[in-house]
Amino acid sequence: MYWNEEIETIDRSNLKKLQLKRLQGTVRILYEKVPFYQNKFKELGITPEDIKSLDDVRKLPFTTREDLRDNYPYGLLAVSRDKIVRLHTSSGTTGKPKAIFFSKNDINQSAELIARCLIMTGVTKDDVLQNMMTYGLFTGALVMHYGAEKVGILVIPAGPGNTERQIALMQDFGSTCLHLTPSYALYLSEVMESKGIKPKRDLSLKRAYLGAEPYSEETRKKLESMFEIDIYNSYGLSEMNGPGVAFECICKNGMHIWEDNFLVEILDPSSDEPVKEGQEGELVLTTLCREGMPLLRYRTKDITKVISGDCPCGRTHRRISRILGRVDDMFIVRGVNIFPQQIERVLMSIKGVAQNYQILLESYDKLSVKVEIEQDFFDGSIEHLLNLKTKITEKLKSEILVTPKVELVEPGTLPISEGKLNRVIDKRTL
Amino acid sequence: MKIKQISVFLENKRGRLLEATEALAKSGINIRALSIADTSEFGILRLIVADSEQAKHILEKNNFAVRENDVLAVAIPDVPGGLASVLKILNDKGLNVEYIYAFVQRSGEKAIVVLKVENLDLGIEALVERGVVLLTSKDIEQL
Repeated sequence: MYWNEEIETIDRSNLKKLQLKRLQGTVRILYEKVPFYQNKFKELGITPEDIKSLDDVRKLPFTTREDLRDNYPYGLLAVSRDKIVRLHTSSGTTGKPKAIFFSKNDINQSAELIARCLIMTGVTKDDVLQNMMTYGLFTGALVMHYGAEKVGILVIPAGPGNTERQIALMQDFGSTCLHLTPSYALYLSEVMESKGIKPKRDLSLKRAYLGAEPYSEETRKKLESMFEIDIYNSYGLSEMNGPGVAFECICKNGMHIWEDNFLVEILDPSSDEPVKEGQEGELVLTTLCREGMPLLRYRTKDITKVISGDCPCGRTHRRISRILGRVDDMFIVRGVNIFPQQIERVLMSIKGVAQNYQILLESYDKLSVKVEIEQDFFDGSIEHLLNLKTKITEKLKSEILVTPKVELVEPGTLPISEGKLNRVIDKRTL
Repeated sequence: MKIKQISVFLENKRGRLLEATEALAKSGINIRALSIADTSEFGILRLIVADSEQAKHILEKNNFAVRENDVLAVAIPDVPGGLASVLKILNDKGLNVEYIYAFVQRSGEKAIVVLKVENLDLGIEALVERGVVLLTSKDIEQL
């Protein structure tokens, strides 16, 4: 079953022609409308006429998350503001978020991609989708929501948390599909087990879409056997609409990335040269259909590889592997992107905190921070220490939106780290 | 009238208390009284020693966060109600006791307790007025 058979099974050579046409159009618009790109083109000495083939994409400038931050809030708009109908944001390294704008067509287009994704996993109008991602500035829930409505299935906008109510919703309304993070899926399965709920016997679940956090094939298998459903891997990022950039079909062997919407490059992050097909590298994406805020060669920082060969499902859009790692030091807790620099900035602004700290990740929903106290801050009072701990916890929470477990440690006891990376101890094996 | 107390910050890590006391033992420092205040994540070790300057120096050399501050040490009759009578004096004056702990003492006629009162000077005044015996640093050295 296809949502849009013509485009999903398009002949590769026609796909490339379509991509080139759309790339040229995007480049021309950016060249005319967006000062940031105008300057970049000038620096590189190129004009839209230089883009004659798809390989010419390599002449184009990269866009980084720092560029998004520098041009916050409205700097990268390619249309006038009255054409924009929605804002989403994604956390950034310096407190300023990244703003992503959608025009009406962009909303439709992102819903179109989700519709393809859902149909690709066997969804029909009779399905009931319980959407357990966070509704709000985060793209995860809303983009899925619109796509599911486009297909015509019943959407339950449950949002995350309140697990007992989630289970009640599944029971009362016969939810067949879930959209949630892998860590929440694991938690949900534990709660169900403790309540004696047997998914196959007591619920109507058929499938779940897991995204927003990395997880392993083993975790998928484990969750599939616990829930007795099919689990599909979903990839997306706010800068590229959110979910629906790439998605698994029923073959569950890599995620089809919608190449009519995104021009895919996989680059060696050290040289910025393309890797050989099938080798790992950084995923770099150029939007081909975006109207409000087109982006050229956006560095996702996600490491993946192209899965070679044709997919038995008949779709000609290439598949990428699940995300194998990150180029930078960003990490994800409860589906939220967090940069060590955000934590560092908060800590260093608090009196009584020494230079050294350590971030400990033991699960996808918990974040611990060990903080050295300053020698002079210690005055023998427990109250002062507890106040400091509370202050650190609250300030971190307002910055990173996740409540950390803060532990005060003696000055000079944490290992002195040279890079920020060493400050993050990631013990998670999801 | 005030005596010196050493407070040591102890993070929640196995063996940290042992390391602190061992460092003092190696330098021949005898602990006269001690208490540990703890929360789920960290603790504070409070010590009374004969030479607090030296103890502070040694602990700092061993990378502990240390603070020296003043407390009161009072000798009270070792009978039921002995401690209560002292606390009542402070209570009547509206002086809060932040923490309190007892002393190791050889002779046994009197019990010695360490008191951290909100306002030490007012505490001394109240206690002396009612005839409570306060220990001096010299007394501590000779214990």
